[in-house]
Amino acid sequence: MRTQSNQLFQPALVSAALKQSFIKLNPRSMIKNPVMFTVEIGTAVMLAVSVYSLTATGQGSFAYNATIFVLLLLTVLFANFAEALAEARGKAQADSLRKTREDTPAKFLTKDGKVELRSSNQLLKGDVFVCEEGDTIPTDGEIIEGIATIDESAITGESAPVIRESGGDKSSVTGGTKVLSDQIKVRVTTQPGESFLDKMIALVEGASRQKTPNEIALTILLASFTLVFIIVCISLKPFADYANTPITVAALISLFVCLIPTTIGGLLSAIGIAGMDRALRANVITKSGKAVETAGDIDTLLLDKTGTITIGNRKATRFYAAPGITEDHFVRSSLLASISDETPEGKSIVELANQILNQNTANLPDQSALTFVKFTAETRSSGVDLQDGTQIRKGASDSIRNIAVKAGNEFPESVGNDVTHISTNGGTPLVVSENSRILGVIELQDIIKPGIQERFERLRKMGVKTVMVTGDNPLTAKYIAEKAGVDDFIAEAKPEDKMNYIKHEQSLGKLVAMMGDGTNDAPALAQADVGVAMNSGTQAAKEAGNMVDLDNDPTKLIEIIEIGKQLLITRGTLTTFSIANDVAKYFAIVPALFIASIPALQGLNIMHLHSPESAILSAVIFNAIIIPFLIPLALKGVAYKPLGASALLRRNLLIYGLGGVIVPFIGIKAIDLLIAVFI
Amino acid sequence: MNTELLGIITTYLITLLIGIPLGIYLAKVFAGEKVWTDFLLPIEKIIYRLSGIRQTEQMNWKQHMKAMLTINSVWLIYGFFVLINQDKLPLNPDGNPGQTPDLAFNTIISFVVNCNLQHYSGESGLTYFTQHFIIMFLQFVSAATGIASAVVLFKAFREKSVSQLGNFWEFFVKSITRLLLPLSIVVALILTFNGTPSSYEGKDQYISLQGDTIAVSRGPAAAMIAIKHLGTNGGGWFGVNSSHPLENPNYLTNMVELIAQVIIPIAMVIAFGYFIRRKKLGWIIFGVMTFGMLLLLIPTISSELGGSPAIAQLGVSQHTGAMEGKEVRFGPAASAYWSTVTTIISTGSVNSMHDSTMPLTGALQLLGMMINSFYGGCGVGILNYFIYLIIAVFISGLMVGRTPEFLGHKVEAREVKIAALITLLSPFLILAGTAAASYVFGNYGDADWAVKPANWLNNPGFHGFSEMLYEITSANANNGSGFEGLGDNNIFWNISSGIVLIFSRFLPIIGPIAIAGLLGQKKYIPESAGTLRADTITFGIMTLAVIVVLTALSYFPALALGPLAEYFTMLK
Repeated sequence: MRTQSNQLFQPALVSAALKQSFIKLNPRSMIKNPVMFTVEIGTAVMLAVSVYSLTATGQGSFAYNATIFVLLLLTVLFANFAEALAEARGKAQADSLRKTREDTPAKFLTKDGKVELRSSNQLLKGDVFVCEEGDTIPTDGEIIEGIATIDESAITGESAPVIRESGGDKSSVTGGTKVLSDQIKVRVTTQPGESFLDKMIALVEGASRQKTPNEIALTILLASFTLVFIIVCISLKPFADYANTPITVAALISLFVCLIPTTIGGLLSAIGIAGMDRALRANVITKSGKAVETAGDIDTLLLDKTGTITIGNRKATRFYAAPGITEDHFVRSSLLASISDETPEGKSIVELANQILNQNTANLPDQSALTFVKFTAETRSSGVDLQDGTQIRKGASDSIRNIAVKAGNEFPESVGNDVTHISTNGGTPLVVSENSRILGVIELQDIIKPGIQERFERLRKMGVKTVMVTGDNPLTAKYIAEKAGVDDFIAEAKPEDKMNYIKHEQSLGKLVAMMGDGTNDAPALAQADVGVAMNSGTQAAKEAGNMVDLDNDPTKLIEIIEIGKQLLITRGTLTTFSIANDVAKYFAIVPALFIASIPALQGLNIMHLHSPESAILSAVIFNAIIIPFLIPLALKGVAYKPLGASALLRRNLLIYGLGGVIVPFIGIKAIDLLIAVFI
Repeated sequence: MNTELLGIITTYLITLLIGIPLGIYLAKVFAGEKVWTDFLLPIEKIIYRLSGIRQTEQMNWKQHMKAMLTINSVWLIYGFFVLINQDKLPLNPDGNPGQTPDLAFNTIISFVVNCNLQHYSGESGLTYFTQHFIIMFLQFVSAATGIASAVVLFKAFREKSVSQLGNFWEFFVKSITRLLLPLSIVVALILTFNGTPSSYEGKDQYISLQGDTIAVSRGPAAAMIAIKHLGTNGGGWFGVNSSHPLENPNYLTNMVELIAQVIIPIAMVIAFGYFIRRKKLGWIIFGVMTFGMLLLLIPTISSELGGSPAIAQLGVSQHTGAMEGKEVRFGPAASAYWSTVTTIISTGSVNSMHDSTMPLTGALQLLGMMINSFYGGCGVGILNYFIYLIIAVFISGLMVGRTPEFLGHKVEAREVKIAALITLLSPFLILAGTAAASYVFGNYGDADWAVKPANWLNNPGFHGFSEMLYEITSANANNGSGFEGLGDNNIFWNISSGIVLIFSRFLPIIGPIAIAGLLGQKKYIPESAGTLRADTITFGIMTLAVIVVLTALSYFPALALGPLAEYFTMLK
């Protein structure tokens, strides 16, 4: 995916788009775009006028009328081409994703447990299939039995295999990925044609594309500008009659087409499609165009600490034994408590303990003799029960303190000091108890991702507040929050804390985005205005969010926000540019219309255009070719710079507003000089 | 010459000196805060009780507009019948006749909508009774309608999220008791002491040096001329409006009338900022409006002081500037200033004949009315500006990459739809109206009307086109000034401008208030670094750009065929 060419005009896409530009001339599809639809009507009128001028006089020469007709047709075709090209690019991107899963043979599991070979297209929601080493997973699903390593590089571009297993938050598999080892049973979670990818493909295809509310508002505004110019042009006829100035149909229609905002009107849908295409190129599947736009409005961003702000996971760095406890005993107990703890923290404790004890786990009691107590969000501790009844627990300091205090044991002051000391230095203290007696504290340290501060700074300039969500205690959380440069944090977060925080921010009128993967993230993902589920996450999480990130990259949200902003900026700047262009076009066409009967109006011909005909032709040509010139900008989007709103407005107003006034003066004059050579 | 410029600069500075504190005062009055005029409260309570108003009852924007439209319809019907039958009513010492139905239709609409387009002359077309109880009455209540409507808009943005926007009748009554009535008394007294008539007697007579007997119209004029300016109404007592020596006797009254018409429009802008507790926004809007005014004023003064090229070609010296159609007691600078002020705000009173101004001045007068929101009329100026502001918010909101929002409320499709419709309205009315007039002039020159279409225009050619364009533009802006030189008392102009008047008054009031009402109800979004603030100079420039470009794009061809063609022809 990553290697997909980013070249704008790939021959295959261009030829497909060219064909589509003609198909899109169908008035029934044109009417969705009121601005370009009126141009099409104008083109049709010019065709009639051209035919009429073959035999009759009074409307100018056939050659002139026919030229205008061709130029107007080109204007419409250019606009159609922009949209078609955007669609083609989006579709190509989506198709290459889809190709990976088409017609993969699936080992369908019948009710009586037999395996049948079926095509992946025949798998229905709820069906179960089996995948073994070397198989390509036929469709999206959830593992119901087994564990496997999977190569997801086809989707994510990441070559390192990942582990997926039934139950928990890593149970989801994606069609097109490959099983590298072991065997899994998978239940199909989507109907054929209804996967996220199918939805995304529908979004970039014209037919089912829904306009976003913002796009609708802009279309209304552009339509009303078009109406104003219809009035201007129609009223010009009696005005000209009063002034005894005959105006040809060609001149009137040219004026009209030049004035209406064809530039933005022609590129509007291309901009929308390209926005989603950019999201897809960032390996994010969006469920609606609206979600991408909403992303641009995000005020608050909830980020999990682990993996987003810090690299991977915390590591054990030091053991602090409690008074009266030998270090050896403490370390050994810690080792026992962590030995079957599969969390990265647990593994790092085992690693460090082994280093200190200088021995192998083989010297420890048989693992089967141990009863492990899993970590739960409620107890916020885990541990082990030995055969002799000894209970070793490790966990957050307050939860272990509770255990100790409940049993009537004291919480040694020096341990308390150690906890505070570790916390204030950004570490995470893990207190270990044995039979409710405090043994000591393990220090876990976080490593903040390089470059993350700059990204948060960028977000702050965009006006986005960043919130770090962590299970750490408030002191640790504060230290890391400050070090990483986030604006706020939720410490000792339970799943409902995220939800409450989102609801609170929303009650203040803010838009909140978050990323999540686990099933317990699903309600918060649904509550958030933009919820991005990781592709590795559970089906519930993916259903709840409105985007899925194929890369499972927690910092992806930052990119999504920028894509959203870029989408709106591109629309706004091209609208400004389009309207600003009209000033020059007026100065080209209005003197040309009247100069024959009111020679004094030569004073308005500030560009000193060659003749009335050349002036009108130049304006129409400029109006048409500006569309293909701006296609790259529309598809790539206007660069977003986090400068603060006013500075950004100033910048864009200068470039696209003032530039929009000046460029056509130069362009029209240049075209006129060129035409003057031929006439 | 320098004293002339000094005269208008002084006039403007005094306007600010009164207008700005007045704005702060108005913000307090309408917010219900303590002000020194609270001693009027008992009188207001009597008014509420007499008219059955429960002034504490809260209204949403729809109820406000219902109240506004209801009372305006009552005035329309009442005025129409009184005007037709004024000859049968008392206070008619000169024995003036009743108005024809089409003239009465035009007149009553024109005054209800605060336009004061006059297709009659006050001396012969009205009686003292109708001057008092129709014209002057409407000059008060139509101004109060505009102010009260603007306060409804203010209300929508004072609190973070509201749907209840106060009581229309309370705003309306207070506009009169706390603002229009007291100021009118002051202005009327100054005018009276300077020679403006205040008597109920009929025409006076004098014998001129030539020995001719000349009848001089008079009447209780001073009181009406005061509110005519304060309420940006503009309809004169006498036919030639404030160039009449009794309506505007000297330079001092000229200054007073100039100041009187601008203070409330300026005060409303300042009041907006203070009322919604965003003073800076008020000042930025004021800055944009003032800058826009200067853009129109400076070339106007320079073109009037420069004199006419046509006269210059005859070898006649024009060291006093272009004097055709101007009063010697005011001079070209004060006349130019007046012509700008009266067109940018919707007064429409004149102290010189706009028909005689230079073509460029004519174009600038037209532009002032087409924009209609550089200060703008009493209350409605800020409402008109608000529409441009919403369009600017929408486009610039996109340009900074956020769903557009204004004062913490998202601007979405519905609000844009209303703003687009209102933006569309003016070009539609002006261009369609002028097109219809051009068509009738060209094709039905012999129609059997009071004035035959072929005889409408005093001047053929481009200037004649400007005369028609001006009439419709003035009606659309609810301005009421005439380019004159147009035979407008006939069924075509009476009906066409009457229709334009009604649409261009009420839709541009309802539109902004609907937008404000809808926005006000929406959830309030706190500002962040990514929010586009409306109270910055950058955004002010953006709004100005929207105003200039939208106006230029809508009217450039029409202006090119009228004043611009005349201007370039004259230069040759």
